[in-house]
Amino acid sequence: MQRNMLVDAQALPLQRYQTSVLRWLVTTNHKDIGLLYISASFLFFIVGGVEALVIRLQLAEPNSRVVSPEVYNQIFTMHGTTMIFLFAMPILVGFANYIVPLQLGARDMAFPRLNAMSFWLFLFGGLVLYSSFVLGGAPDAGWFAYAPLTGTDYSPTHGMDFWALGILMTGVGSTLGAINFVVTILNMRTRGMSMLKMPLFSWQILVTAILILFAMPALTVDAILLYFERAFRAPFFLAQQGGQPILWQHLFWFFGHPEVYILILPAFGIISEVVPVFSRRRIFGYAAIIYSGIAIGFLGFTVWAHHMFVVGLSPIADAIFSLDSMIIAVPTSIKIFNWVATMWGGRLNLKTPMLFAIGFISMFMIGGFSGITLATVPVDWQVTDTYYVVAHLHYVLFGGTVFAIFAGLYYWFPKMTGRFLSEKIGALQFWFMVLGFNLTFLPMHIQGLMGMPRRIYTYAANTSWGDLNFLETIGSFIIAIAVGIFLWNVAVSMRRGRPADGDPWHGHTLEWAVSSPPPGYNFAVAPIVHSRWPLLEENPDSVAEAHFATDVTDIPEETSVFPLVVAFGLGVAVYGLVYLYPVLILLGVAILFAGIVGLVYEPR
Amino acid sequence: MLSFVRATRPALLLILISALALAGCESVFTPISPQAQSIANLATILFVVAGLVFVVVEGTLLYFVLRFSRGRPAGETAEVETKNERRIEIAWTAAPAVVLAIVFIVSMVILRFLVTQPAAPGMGAAASAQTLNVRVVAHQWWWEFDYPDLGIVTANEMHAPVGATLLVSVESADVIHSFWSPVLGGKIDAIPGQINRTIYTVTKVGDYGGQCSEFCGVDHAFMLFRVIVEPRAQFDSWVRQQQAPAATMTGHAASGEQMFMNGACIGCHTINGTIARGTLGPNLTHFASRGTFAGSTQQNTRDNIVKWLEDPQALKSGNLMPNLHLTPDQIQALADYLESLR
Repeated sequence: MQRNMLVDAQALPLQRYQTSVLRWLVTTNHKDIGLLYISASFLFFIVGGVEALVIRLQLAEPNSRVVSPEVYNQIFTMHGTTMIFLFAMPILVGFANYIVPLQLGARDMAFPRLNAMSFWLFLFGGLVLYSSFVLGGAPDAGWFAYAPLTGTDYSPTHGMDFWALGILMTGVGSTLGAINFVVTILNMRTRGMSMLKMPLFSWQILVTAILILFAMPALTVDAILLYFERAFRAPFFLAQQGGQPILWQHLFWFFGHPEVYILILPAFGIISEVVPVFSRRRIFGYAAIIYSGIAIGFLGFTVWAHHMFVVGLSPIADAIFSLDSMIIAVPTSIKIFNWVATMWGGRLNLKTPMLFAIGFISMFMIGGFSGITLATVPVDWQVTDTYYVVAHLHYVLFGGTVFAIFAGLYYWFPKMTGRFLSEKIGALQFWFMVLGFNLTFLPMHIQGLMGMPRRIYTYAANTSWGDLNFLETIGSFIIAIAVGIFLWNVAVSMRRGRPADGDPWHGHTLEWAVSSPPPGYNFAVAPIVHSRWPLLEENPDSVAEAHFATDVTDIPEETSVFPLVVAFGLGVAVYGLVYLYPVLILLGVAILFAGIVGLVYEPR
Repeated sequence: MLSFVRATRPALLLILISALALAGCESVFTPISPQAQSIANLATILFVVAGLVFVVVEGTLLYFVLRFSRGRPAGETAEVETKNERRIEIAWTAAPAVVLAIVFIVSMVILRFLVTQPAAPGMGAAASAQTLNVRVVAHQWWWEFDYPDLGIVTANEMHAPVGATLLVSVESADVIHSFWSPVLGGKIDAIPGQINRTIYTVTKVGDYGGQCSEFCGVDHAFMLFRVIVEPRAQFDSWVRQQQAPAATMTGHAASGEQMFMNGACIGCHTINGTIARGTLGPNLTHFASRGTFAGSTQQNTRDNIVKWLEDPQALKSGNLMPNLHLTPDQIQALADYLESLR
């Protein structure tokens, strides 16, 4: 009790976040950037969701022409690209930005301006990608863009150029961000926080950041090769001219499979925070969760060709990648068992974050089982490239990642705003989401087994796929309602939500030791921790004491406009590269260099 | 939390209904080859094992949710002394590892079966009579089926005698496609610059569906084919018919033929024994013997042929055949010609 009163004293008024729009353009504070990431990527989530609804409307009945096949191909390509690169990844980075420095007891990220640059590169990359819709045609070769369909012969619009370069931009942002997280986590933990006393969310972010560092170069190379092929007729992937179409797939999936873990490990981190707090127990198997996360990250680099069992690799290669893929299921099940065991003997507090965490464990498990069926080579030969895979990946990325994202949003919203999201509306949203999600994606398993390939814009009436498709379309609109309920909850709760103190959930980790929302500098004096659960085990006063050691209200907010300038310059250069317009390229590069020079010589 | 149980009930019902629907139509679970049968068996084993494990783990989870969320005083953190934590961790690491090891070994046994050509009952001539080489060339957006040993080139319909082992080689003329009929067995990609091989032994007479399953552009949805498995005698007569030269034309059909040979048609299509040797489009030598056309999306009727010639894009938008702006008379003559190519 005493602890709560203490941490509230420094509460920062919500109004601070509404003072000036300009402030958001120059901020380098990790919490501001976290909020920017979360809100921008949620907007992309809504756009990608609308694309999903168009897909579902088109497929609701056979031979439908809601959109033309050309538009349909652009829509599903952008749906996948958006949800992976512009929503799931950046929103998780947003959580990490906001929460990791707080969990570490740090004042900010190691490189605040680099952090801002990462955000602006992501945002401009996304906007560049989306501008292709109005500039003659969006990308239309699927989110994994298999060559040679991406060549100028088969995809003559500039869509794929925008895709390659837009992905490249967001990829540069992700790489810089990953460097920032690794440095921050390794060097900026507060006094007493050894690696094995670090909170589990921060641990999973560390593994994720290392994955990004090693996976992203493969995608970067792939995107550059594709751009060179399209712009300068360098036939890297064109068989008739001596290229190799499979090269694209190896490079893409060498990125693409670790990417799946980049999207799920932070989700594991969120669940590993939420489950113990709402079970009112310490996490069961703290070390096992860390080691299994590291194992997943490492093994994640050895399984990429399980996306390629039908391209005609040798049976031996298929067997090896199949074995590796199955081994990954072991550390994954360890995590699930540990979460379930954490609930055992606890006193469950079934608030919305916990509902979403339970939903996550249940839905993700189904995705895991379908993953094992896909990891066996013979079954994969039948069901790969069908709706069975669409079902599988949505159970992992929606039932998994998106449920965890909502768990995180409900869990940390009070920390970010000083107000709770409504519990009643939250429970309503949860049940709509569970119902809509399963109605949409469960029947897709069956459709795949019935022979419905993925990425077809329509199907004949004499197939037996129509009824299930109609059901799925209804389900997708129930999901849309659930997202609408969430937005309503945010709108209501921002203004009239129940006020939250610094530690509204009785949390275990340091982000709950400061006020909600935290002051710009987080901690006045670095707290000292002696255990993995500083707020549970230590005399709460000692944590708070550090916090109030000195009067720090006059610590200046540091800002910089140059991260924005650098990202803007790269965006301008990208348009020049798409249209091969040298003046624009030079202008963009000039702006970019001006930004870098500014960063270097900016007085700090 | 009981509401969760209630909410899952319609889902279970849904699965049941879908399973019934699945039983009534072509699917992975209606195999016509030992290859597809073995995959169906493996899938069944996996679904049963996964289902059992899911029921146990999810049941435990929901039991904990029900058991530990009610009737207990709210308050500070509950602490339960957990003895033998290490032993528990080892146990639940080993358990999935053992199950997965078994699954992996079973799947490898089946993989070995799938990539091995089944031994023919006899040797020499008898053996070769039981195998049939088929070369599949995928095009945007139709399928070419060649029988190199029989000198046959056809499109969108793969004929095979019941009991034969098909040694299928798959190539692509443009982008990546994937050759798949769920009743035959696993799919295999058609990749430019590469020849992939697969094996199916067809054991049941019938007319089955298949479709491209790797996204290949605008008409990916309409790149279908038929697998026609027939008794030996019927297949042999089909072979004789396909090997025969193109029919001799009389009357309207002859003027249609003339138009075909003088027009743009020969740039893309082949009619054996004539000057028409184009290879961009399907070989039309025995066009009228096929049940469907246009990537197996249209029934081969007079009506559809006329519609197709009026505007190929109207029946199947995006396909590579241009609208030749033919007059109604020309269309009738060409339709007569095409219908005579038996």
